[in-house]
Amino acid sequence: MKKSSKKVAMLVLMVFMLAIVAGCGGTKEKTADKAEKINVGINVELSGGVASYGTNARDGAILAIEEINKAGGVLGMQINPIERDCKSVADEAMSVSAALVGEKIVAQIGPLTSGNVAGSTPVMMDNKIPLIAPAATAANVTVDDKTGATRDYIFRVCFIDPFQGTLMAQFAADNLKAKKAVIYADTSSDYGKGLAEYFKKTFTEKGGQVIDEEGFVKDDRDFRAALTKIKGLNPDFIYVPGYYQEVAPLIKQARELGITAPMGGGDGWDSPDMVSVAGAAALNNTFFTNHYSSQDKDPKVVKFVAAYKAKYNKDPDAFAALGYDSIQLMVQGLKDAGAADPVKLAAALAKIKDFEGITGKMSIDEKHNPVKAGVVIEFKDGAQVMNTRIQP
Amino acid sequence: MLEFIQQMINGLSLGAIYALIALGYTMVYGIIKLINFAHGDIMMVGAFVGYFSLTLFGTNIIVAMVFSMVVCALLGVLIEKIAYRPLRNSTRIAALITAIGVSLFLEYATIFILGPAQKVFPESAFPIKAYDIAGLSILNKDVFVFVSAVVLMLILQYIIKWTKTGKAMRAVSLDMEAAVLMGISVDKTISITFAIGSALAAAAGVMYGVYYSTVNPLMGIIPGLKAFVAAVLGGIGIIPGAMAGGFIMGLLETMVSGYGNSLYRDAVAFGVLILILLIKPTGLFGKDSGEKV
Repeated sequence: MKKSSKKVAMLVLMVFMLAIVAGCGGTKEKTADKAEKINVGINVELSGGVASYGTNARDGAILAIEEINKAGGVLGMQINPIERDCKSVADEAMSVSAALVGEKIVAQIGPLTSGNVAGSTPVMMDNKIPLIAPAATAANVTVDDKTGATRDYIFRVCFIDPFQGTLMAQFAADNLKAKKAVIYADTSSDYGKGLAEYFKKTFTEKGGQVIDEEGFVKDDRDFRAALTKIKGLNPDFIYVPGYYQEVAPLIKQARELGITAPMGGGDGWDSPDMVSVAGAAALNNTFFTNHYSSQDKDPKVVKFVAAYKAKYNKDPDAFAALGYDSIQLMVQGLKDAGAADPVKLAAALAKIKDFEGITGKMSIDEKHNPVKAGVVIEFKDGAQVMNTRIQP
Repeated sequence: MLEFIQQMINGLSLGAIYALIALGYTMVYGIIKLINFAHGDIMMVGAFVGYFSLTLFGTNIIVAMVFSMVVCALLGVLIEKIAYRPLRNSTRIAALITAIGVSLFLEYATIFILGPAQKVFPESAFPIKAYDIAGLSILNKDVFVFVSAVVLMLILQYIIKWTKTGKAMRAVSLDMEAAVLMGISVDKTISITFAIGSALAAAAGVMYGVYYSTVNPLMGIIPGLKAFVAAVLGGIGIIPGAMAGGFIMGLLETMVSGYGNSLYRDAVAFGVLILILLIKPTGLFGKDSGEKV
């Protein structure tokens, strides 16, 4: 009796398994039926350390997709965004990409940070699907460090680290007339190290002197020891390339220790948490490089800002603008390619010239980097004020 | 010289926070030989309780700290009852792994409830004042952190040295079975140890929030690890050792950043730990005993 009941149980189990397998087949056919839609993967940081970057880029991208779909889509098809959270972790970005490839996407937007894009890169390269990074600024995102070859399927709409470091060095030397600078960088990220390296190069070329280099790592909250040392060196300018979670308490502690020198950084500073953590007064006389400013009077920017505000009831930051531009660049590529095919899209993206985005006019160069201008933004009593625009 | 004194102040405030957390590690280890890896996360819960007490109920900082200490004392007792007590007679590795499980549970339960983003400690709860004394910048929060840490440590010393509960704790720590024979309630004593250790961690959490302005669900990991190193440095299980270890860690990190290079801070701090373990494995205050752990 006992044995036969076991057999029955096995049989039931097998039937279940079959049903599950059959179910899988069924869903696959369904997605094939929906071929009139263009699937776009949105693989961004919706949680974790840099959640605010990913969320805003996603919002910008969704706004662009809605506008395009309302205007009739592209190539006669509607764009269907598939959102996934990579949790601000490179490994997770990779598995999310693998899942998105299974959804037959034509391109992937995101992730935001260089490290997470690097996590996703092998999957996209293997499957020959273009990845458009909104804000990954490390030089080695689109170029293989070892061979020096451009990665065929990796693109971006932002300028690169060398440019951000170079830009701030130009600004510090020319506009702030700084002679002695200290670099206090996030040494646990490629981002911090990349910006620091090119800042040093350009600043030295301009006749300035980098008198000390200090470093901190992710999740550090106490910077007073190194800052006390920097105070004793009395520099004209302190360069702090890093992310807002560490930079905000760092600036606060610097001002508490009585350091009044101007401080500068990159787009990792761009977060509302800067003002709420560091305080408006501490942030006076600090500057960061960025891709765009919502105060720009360019009619395209004004229109974008109004549409974004109407939809989300908040001001679009650079990540939102870059997310928006990523989709628009992809649509331009699809139009040029004339087909919703990932390989043709990649070829078309590589040839784009004078594309008019929210973050400026851009042409994709042979290293898949856009050639475009950047802005320097200053904190004035807690508000971000556009200081100047610098041409490459 | 001025810069050196400034660095001493920096190191002492950082060390005070490490010392408070290290005390909890060392007390729990002393009594049940368990490295309570959830301790750093209790500090995180303490910081959040302090945060909500300040923002939702608008209490002042002292009330927030006491409230957070009470909540975390209860939490510590609860964790011991649910997670550690059933394992008291099983292998030590089982209890250790449970501790890691509790740590992950606290971290991700907080993320689940409150979200992963950092929260900003209200500036108004503790208005920062800087005292400029002969070129030194001393902040009222430095004084606050240092003084409250010292006061709490003195209270702890009093409890352990002069009260009956303290006597019971020392007895259980020395020999659990003999303590039972003497009529000491071991369960109650262990609960009290967890309550005191967790309350100290909660106080450290609130100080951390005041000092560094932000709290987030994973904030307990790094200070927890550093405090663990401090406890081992001083000799785990030995209370004055934990205090000294905390201050040594704080000063060491500060001096390396200040006079060496901040890039080598953690390498030197942990290198010193390895050296001490090689030369004196029982820690600075440890007594050499025949018994090996």
